[in-house]
Amino acid sequence: MTPPVRPRGMRLAARQALWAYAFLAAPMAFFLTIRLAPAAAALIISLHRWNILSPEKPFVGLANFREVWTDPLFWQAAGNTLRYAVVGIPAQLAGGLVVALLLQRITRFRGLFRAIYFLPFVTPIVAASWVWQWLYSPQFGPLTRILDALGLPTQAFLRSPHEALYAITAMVVWEYLGFQVVIFLAGLQAIPRVYYEAAAMDGADGLRAFRHITLPLLNPTLVFSVVYGTILYLQLFTQVLNMTFGDPGGPLGATETMVLYVYQQGFQHFRMGPAASATVLLFGAILLITFVQLRVFQTRVEY
Amino acid sequence: MAARRAGAAWSYLVLASGSVVVVYPFLWMIATALKTPREIFELHFWPHAPTLANFHDVLLHSQFPRWFGNSLLVALVTTASVAFFDSLTGYTLAKLRFPGRGVIFTVILSTLMIPTEMLVIPWYTMSAWFGWIDTYWGIMFPGLMSAFGVFLMRQFMTGVPDELLDAGRIDGVSEFGLFTRIALPLVRPALAALCIFTFLGNWNAFLWPLVVVQTSDMRTLPVGIALFSGEAGSAWHLIMAASALGALPVLAVFVLLQRQIIEGIVLSGLRS
Repeated sequence: MTPPVRPRGMRLAARQALWAYAFLAAPMAFFLTIRLAPAAAALIISLHRWNILSPEKPFVGLANFREVWTDPLFWQAAGNTLRYAVVGIPAQLAGGLVVALLLQRITRFRGLFRAIYFLPFVTPIVAASWVWQWLYSPQFGPLTRILDALGLPTQAFLRSPHEALYAITAMVVWEYLGFQVVIFLAGLQAIPRVYYEAAAMDGADGLRAFRHITLPLLNPTLVFSVVYGTILYLQLFTQVLNMTFGDPGGPLGATETMVLYVYQQGFQHFRMGPAASATVLLFGAILLITFVQLRVFQTRVEY
Repeated sequence: MAARRAGAAWSYLVLASGSVVVVYPFLWMIATALKTPREIFELHFWPHAPTLANFHDVLLHSQFPRWFGNSLLVALVTTASVAFFDSLTGYTLAKLRFPGRGVIFTVILSTLMIPTEMLVIPWYTMSAWFGWIDTYWGIMFPGLMSAFGVFLMRQFMTGVPDELLDAGRIDGVSEFGLFTRIALPLVRPALAALCIFTFLGNWNAFLWPLVVVQTSDMRTLPVGIALFSGEAGSAWHLIMAASALGALPVLAVFVLLQRQIIEGIVLSGLRS
């Protein structure tokens, strides 16, 4: 074998580079004009008084940010969004882990159970949201019937400023539980059997094996789930709008989320400037929280 | 041994109870959809004389079939586009050498962090300028490619052996032919997973279509169901029929391809 002559090699490399640029032309155009430029535009819009109809869009500095910053509804939305995440993610993780561990212990119907728990994840969110709204009906819903049968007082659920947020969280957990289960199942399958056998020989019981083998080795899966879940919950919108459709944001703004706030500001009140500045703040919050989570969780255990 | 049996029995019991809770909303949806308007406000769970009239009403008196078609069109076109461009981009970034490769990959990857709602206002402004409001193109253009898909396909394309590609080059296969005839068939499972994910995502997309669609003709299914239900007031028999019509086709496909869909989602989920 003789090594290829240099000039020919150069020509080949140049040819390959040309092909590469040809293949990447459309994708690069897409990511620049439909992703990066609009992201920059959001920043620009947030610094202007941006009326879609008026040709004049004066620069207003940080006025939009100041407006959003001093809007009580924005802070209520921010607080609610965090509450959805803080309640929903642990519930989803704990539930998903329990179901995954139970599925590992059984031999029959494993596929069937897995499919059943997964059903909500493939159900269109809008349809599911309306079903849950009807499920929560204080007059005619089955939950009210159950409370009645148990002799408990009727609850307002979605119409109560204290319960509405948790009622929506329950629906979101229902929706993503099956996804969480299959992610945990994949994580559990990756743990080598020998660890458990060694632990059993050393006399460790199930609980200790779980604490010292399962949990640490499941750490990458947990990190993925927490980060993915956070991004999901911080962007909650479809479920909230549809479950409180007549009164978006719920009683006294109890279910308002950041994205719902953006939607209302931008597309119902047509105040694009404040809406854009709210998205910039949300973007910053997502980046910050994700970064902190990765730092905290990834340094904890490394095997 | 006995303890282990008892443990398994408990596992079945807990899993079965959980399943009942998970499935209950679907049963409630179907039961209501089969009831007469008067029956929905009565106490019994299952209708005494199940009727398909509500489905008939929704299909006939709303533009439901049209919305269904719109969603199908949007989801199919975006999925085909993502499948083609994302795998081509992933292949190029994984297998071709050229100056700027690292920069291009970083740029595409960085767009993954931008949340959709930050883009919605600029997309809307852009659509207003170009006259894309209330058009199919307007609904579809943000979803024609996905950075997540590029990342996923690049991961899998890295596993395609260089020797195979070089052998193809020696045989005179064009660079594009190397991609379609050698690389693509080798990453078929990942491509299938990407297609499932993309289809579900676009079929479900709500915020952007809600913003860009203005006439009933152009509504996608989620937007159609939401606005139809919003107007239906307390006609829950119709709302549940519309929800069921929206959910059942997806659920039917899921039941048929259950294993592939779940495994595909795990495959793509874990790679991210």
